[in-house]
Amino acid sequence: MIVEAGHFALILAFALSLVQASAPLYGARRGDAALMGVGASAALGQFVLVALAFAALAWAHLASDFSVLNVAENSHSAAPAIYKFSGVWGNHEGSMLLWSLILSVFGAGVAVFGRSLPQKLRADALAVQGMIGAAFLAFILLTSNPFERLSPAPFEGQDLNPILQDPGLAIHPPLLYLGYVGFSIVFSFAAAALIEGRIDAAWARYVRPFALIAWSFLTLGIAVGSYWAYYTLGWGGFWFWDPVENASLMPWLAGTAFVHSAAVMEKRDALKVWTIFLAILAFSFSLLGTFLVRSGVLTSVHAFASDPRRGVFILLILGVFIAGPLALFAWRAPMLKQGGLFAPISREGALVLNNLLLTTVCAIVFFGTLYPLALEQLTGEKITVGAPFFNLTAGALLMAIAFVTPFGFSLAWKRGDLLGVAQRLTVAFAGGIVVLVALVAFAHRGPTLAPIAAALAVFLMLGTLSEVVSRAWRRGASIGVMLSRLAGLPLSFWGGALAHFGAGLALLGLASVGFGAETIAMMKAGATQSVGPYQITLDAISNRAGPNYRETFATMTIRKDGAFVATVEPARRAFAAREMSTTQAGIVTLDLGQVYVAIGDPNDDGAVAARLYWKPLVTLIWLGAMAMALGGALSLADRRLRFGAPAPARSSAAAAARGAG
Amino acid sequence: MKRLAAPLVFAFVLLASVAGAVQPDEVMKDPALEARARTLSEELRCLVCQNQSIDDSDAPLARDIRLLIRERIGEGESNAQVRAFLVSRYGDFILLKPPFELSTALLWLSGPLTLALGAFGVYLARRRASPPPPPLTPEEERRLAEIAGDGEPAAR
Repeated sequence: MIVEAGHFALILAFALSLVQASAPLYGARRGDAALMGVGASAALGQFVLVALAFAALAWAHLASDFSVLNVAENSHSAAPAIYKFSGVWGNHEGSMLLWSLILSVFGAGVAVFGRSLPQKLRADALAVQGMIGAAFLAFILLTSNPFERLSPAPFEGQDLNPILQDPGLAIHPPLLYLGYVGFSIVFSFAAAALIEGRIDAAWARYVRPFALIAWSFLTLGIAVGSYWAYYTLGWGGFWFWDPVENASLMPWLAGTAFVHSAAVMEKRDALKVWTIFLAILAFSFSLLGTFLVRSGVLTSVHAFASDPRRGVFILLILGVFIAGPLALFAWRAPMLKQGGLFAPISREGALVLNNLLLTTVCAIVFFGTLYPLALEQLTGEKITVGAPFFNLTAGALLMAIAFVTPFGFSLAWKRGDLLGVAQRLTVAFAGGIVVLVALVAFAHRGPTLAPIAAALAVFLMLGTLSEVVSRAWRRGASIGVMLSRLAGLPLSFWGGALAHFGAGLALLGLASVGFGAETIAMMKAGATQSVGPYQITLDAISNRAGPNYRETFATMTIRKDGAFVATVEPARRAFAAREMSTTQAGIVTLDLGQVYVAIGDPNDDGAVAARLYWKPLVTLIWLGAMAMALGGALSLADRRLRFGAPAPARSSAAAAARGAG
Repeated sequence: MKRLAAPLVFAFVLLASVAGAVQPDEVMKDPALEARARTLSEELRCLVCQNQSIDDSDAPLARDIRLLIRERIGEGESNAQVRAFLVSRYGDFILLKPPFELSTALLWLSGPLTLALGAFGVYLARRRASPPPPPLTPEEERRLAEIAGDGEPAAR
């Protein structure tokens, strides 16, 4: 009954989304305030109904109701509650429901927090959001119904894929979707601005909170996914340039470019047309990613053809929601007035360069991901585009971005002084050179690019810090004065600084991969192997049972120069329900690096193939990403830029901005 | 290898579920040769997996190719020779970094072309956005001198 109620709620949500898609749009054309107001109510209603549907599915999973096909295929009565719950979105139908839920969350967000927005803009944006909602709800109802019943109901479920039985599944998809889908609001606002044919600096101000929320969550979501892969795969890889990963990287790159160009638009009323274009682009990439993953086109072109309903449906959604706004864009863009002139050497100029480089990386990832598919379809020729290609092309550009970022961050708006900025960055530059020379001189192993990347990372971090210092520094000023100057800097400045510093941290972590150590050996109980500065002894191999698996685990002791450091327990887990096994790596964090141990199944002599790694500074990759996301959140907290900030805040904020120069 | 089974959206973990690609018994005695073999195998695709190098894959075929590489390196072949042999056997498909050819030109040039296109766009936008201001007419010059001559610097 509850399941049917969920299904019914979803149908109602679809009906309501149709109202949301049409009434406010019509109302805005007629100037009818009541009709425009319908948008907000419909958005809230849609959120409540989709949430009910989601709750119903979650209930079916938690109660192990195997008469529901989705539960029978993806759950098991013996699974821990957390995996029963995360199993809700660990499958196609459920993940699309989560997608729609988050879509409706953002729509409701505009309804609740957008009261101070211009009425027409809000109505149009909600209408576009309603159209996206209608499209995806129709997709679920017509092709991917999670509430389908199964008769007769089996006694036991087929269990969730063991690889997905991990806390990562509980955290990663929701975070990623909050980012992915969050860009839908930015997209809706862009479409609304184009419908209205009017756009000004205030627009950037309205979408800023949503863009920052989406960007921060997307950053976190990608980082969590990467760490999940890292500890699950058994050899410590964390980024594979896999099409599925690229699908999340493209909206991130476009979103990063958007956040920067929107800042120019907000402050200087420039780059308006380009910002609108990026807003459309970012969500288009989200849709493209959904299509790539959901249609099965990645597995093979034939998988797509064998179940064409889903693929074709998403392709249709993709076509409508990319082509529509782009056509609108082509029609309206020439009418939008450009404002805010600036010299090439200026903060704006640097951000144009930043956007150019980020867009290029995005284009490379796009081509690299889709080229093999297109080529095979057109000529039948099969090629592979993998990590070595992306590392060479996109990697080089990302390093270029790391180099120019401190310059952009330090340049003044409108007309900058490149020489002055270069002088201020002397210390950072020297730091980078020292790191480069030291690494080349003392670490003879490792790939050639690693020292350069490490040097760039240090330059980026020191460059960011030196800008912070120079904002406070005045000759002859006391420490107290300087500290109060620091405290007076706007939060959005601190957010930017933290995000840039985080990017440097992450780059340093990436570069350090080149200086790690690896040992592969057969080990018996009592054997010792060394990796990097550590010696690792295999003490014993034993077995134990978990809730729905059995595992063989090794107890290992890590020592450094004979002194005890830590123990790890790498394991092999066998899941009976699906007859699959997984690797549980033994990981211990030492300083900022990690010792990473994975074992294979024991052979007849009782020996296991052990893979031992020392990965210096590897945690910086994810700590850096967290710092970036936190930077986004900090920027979001800036009270001047908060949604509907009260008017009196403006004068003091303006003073602070003047002081910050 | 096992990733085909997993239906999760956008998760990264759909790759291998088994620890260990390169097994201890595969490793060559000479570390220099082994390092070469590793470099090579990072550039080669596991033919039966999705987007995994044979260095990362636990598929039997990947292991066969790893052993084949080591055998050939042991016989004194250069990296380029081993690569050429594998391409002759499996086609360009096995290379994770496709060669630059007519059919891959657009792929390799996607970066430079986007950059050039973007730079051109910026140039056009700047030219359109900022027409040089017309020179002052004699009348304006006179007004300017008059205002400047007032002695009061513009108070703002």
